[in-house]
Amino acid sequence: MDKTLFDKVWEQHVVCEINDGPSVLYIDRHFIHEVTSPQAFTGLNEKGLQVFRPKQTIATADHNVPTYDQHLPIKNALSRKQVSVLTENCKTYGIELYGLGHPYQGIVHVIGPELGITQPGMTIVCGDSHTSTHGAFGNIAFGIGTSEVQHVLATQTLLQFKPKTMRINVEGDLQNGVMAKDLILYIISKIGMGGATGYFVEYSGQAIRNLSMESRMTVCNMSIEMGARGGMIAPDEVTFEYLKNREFAPRGKAWGKMISYWNTLHTDVDAVFDRKLTFHAEDIAPMITFGTNPGMGMCIDEMVPSPEHKLNGETYSFDKSISYMNIDSGTMLLGKKVNYVFIGSCTNGRIEDLRQVARVVKGRKKAPNITALIVPGSRQVEAMARKEGIDKILEAAGFELRQPGCSACLAMNEDKIPKGEYCVSTSNRNFEGRQGPGSRTLLASPLTAAATAIKGYIADVREII
Amino acid sequence: MDKHYLAERMEKFDKLISSVVPLAGENIDTDQIIPARFLKATTREGFGENLFRDWRYDDKGEKVKDFPLNNKKYTGKILLAGKNFGCGSSREHAAWAIFDYGFRVVVSSYFADIFKNNALNNGLLPVQVSETFSETLFRSIEDKPGMEVEVDLKAQLIKLPGMSISEPFEINPFKKHCLLTGKDDFEFLLDHLESIREFEKNSIYTLETY
Repeated sequence: MDKTLFDKVWEQHVVCEINDGPSVLYIDRHFIHEVTSPQAFTGLNEKGLQVFRPKQTIATADHNVPTYDQHLPIKNALSRKQVSVLTENCKTYGIELYGLGHPYQGIVHVIGPELGITQPGMTIVCGDSHTSTHGAFGNIAFGIGTSEVQHVLATQTLLQFKPKTMRINVEGDLQNGVMAKDLILYIISKIGMGGATGYFVEYSGQAIRNLSMESRMTVCNMSIEMGARGGMIAPDEVTFEYLKNREFAPRGKAWGKMISYWNTLHTDVDAVFDRKLTFHAEDIAPMITFGTNPGMGMCIDEMVPSPEHKLNGETYSFDKSISYMNIDSGTMLLGKKVNYVFIGSCTNGRIEDLRQVARVVKGRKKAPNITALIVPGSRQVEAMARKEGIDKILEAAGFELRQPGCSACLAMNEDKIPKGEYCVSTSNRNFEGRQGPGSRTLLASPLTAAATAIKGYIADVREII
Repeated sequence: MDKHYLAERMEKFDKLISSVVPLAGENIDTDQIIPARFLKATTREGFGENLFRDWRYDDKGEKVKDFPLNNKKYTGKILLAGKNFGCGSSREHAAWAIFDYGFRVVVSSYFADIFKNNALNNGLLPVQVSETFSETLFRSIEDKPGMEVEVDLKAQLIKLPGMSISEPFEINPFKKHCLLTGKDDFEFLLDHLESIREFEKNSIYTLETY
């Protein structure tokens, strides 16, 4: 019988099934960080249990770390404690930790792929909803809660119900100035933030095939923002080329063997999905959000819609949302003054994103009203940016490259947007207060964020590049 | 391993009769349930204090009067919320905060997947009802705050006792059994270590032969 990519990977990992219940699903790789793991280790410790497969769990400190002076002790006592508890737990249980100061440190979903830990056909979990990022390599990768972190630590498995499958096909070619971020914001704006709840998505079509690995990661990263358990893309030459010679990628004979296996990881012609959607890349312009959930997005040159245009009769949320944002229906966001720009996160903190930003700011100056936070996704991204001179380009334009971490995406550290201020952000969530209490987030691509930082108001990057 | 301790870890759930706290609005995300700045703790306890922090308190730390959790009319162990409750971040702290505050049931016409899992893993019962039933509940509670609602897990039924209105709800038999007995996934998985080891013999990405 013809199978979907999801079915192939799922079936490969089922240890056993419970009648009328979930399956015991084997987990190949498990990433942990300081915020959602401490209680899981406490749970193990209380029961006198060991970590079952310590080599298959990889740790880093990212959510709650400062983005400057990382060589000094963390100032905030609670954050410092969380990071030191992670360090102790990794030491006690024999888990590899890429902590602050380590050349591999960075946001979990940036370092997994760049180290070649993330490989096609795996099951990957982490106590973080953006684990869906790793699906770009043809993986079943999804976010879990802390109880489940404990389950994986102790058994390398999880009890999971098989989700429904959805295929999202994107045909055609993306236009100049339109990035993968715009593509995924466009899809979410069409199906809504709960539109894929209960589903695992496979992205396909020419526009997806033509994306680089890093762009594919951006797409899969935001699958959770439409409620999907995860998103995946079948591996191909682009995937193999990206993985080749990475630190933990297979080498020599093993490489050839794995390529043969990876080539089987695609959806068969007659495989059946529970739902299928098709979009056209030509319809997608640079996107921006105007509300307080990622589904409230529009093309940058459109007017903020009125609640009647919204699907699912979500009037209450819609009104509350645009009132929080202090944005009116029927107005344009283009030209609106903003004082903050954030470039970074697991969505858009990779080298390709920084290169695009450099492309826009090179030879220009930051607008005087703008405070910009440019945060690389990892130490390796930071090193590459410096090697390529991107840091110099940024400095010449009045910007500064910070040190890696999740930063203002969720504002657990000092990187917060003040109350009432707007921030054009390359991150993934525009929820109320997400970037600091009272902050107002407008999600966009790195190109749009860079253009806004140069102009001092929301700008259409197509008019600059 | 102390099986007795494991079995007692999760609070059992059978039947609950309680008044309801209504929280209107769709797409309530876990950042609202518990903002990220309160995730710095390394224990599971005490998150209830900051449940819905930025909706419950203003920036001076004063209670926001008309927020349902601050409204004396509304008390009880059942939280009634709008569609797509618990979307966004996977933080289990959201389920911990709701439980720690004193809720044992959340009723909504739609739950985000990860939140639902997290709730079930902590003895917090997510009851998914139809939109019509949800609207009826919201209206009834607005009319008669303090009105009690019965949630019967065994019968998989939610009802408004005085009004002879009820609706069945779905729950997976395995998860139902877990809640009724107070056992959780963890114990089940630990019992399967042998088959997991067996599985690993043919598993592509297992790093070592153990």
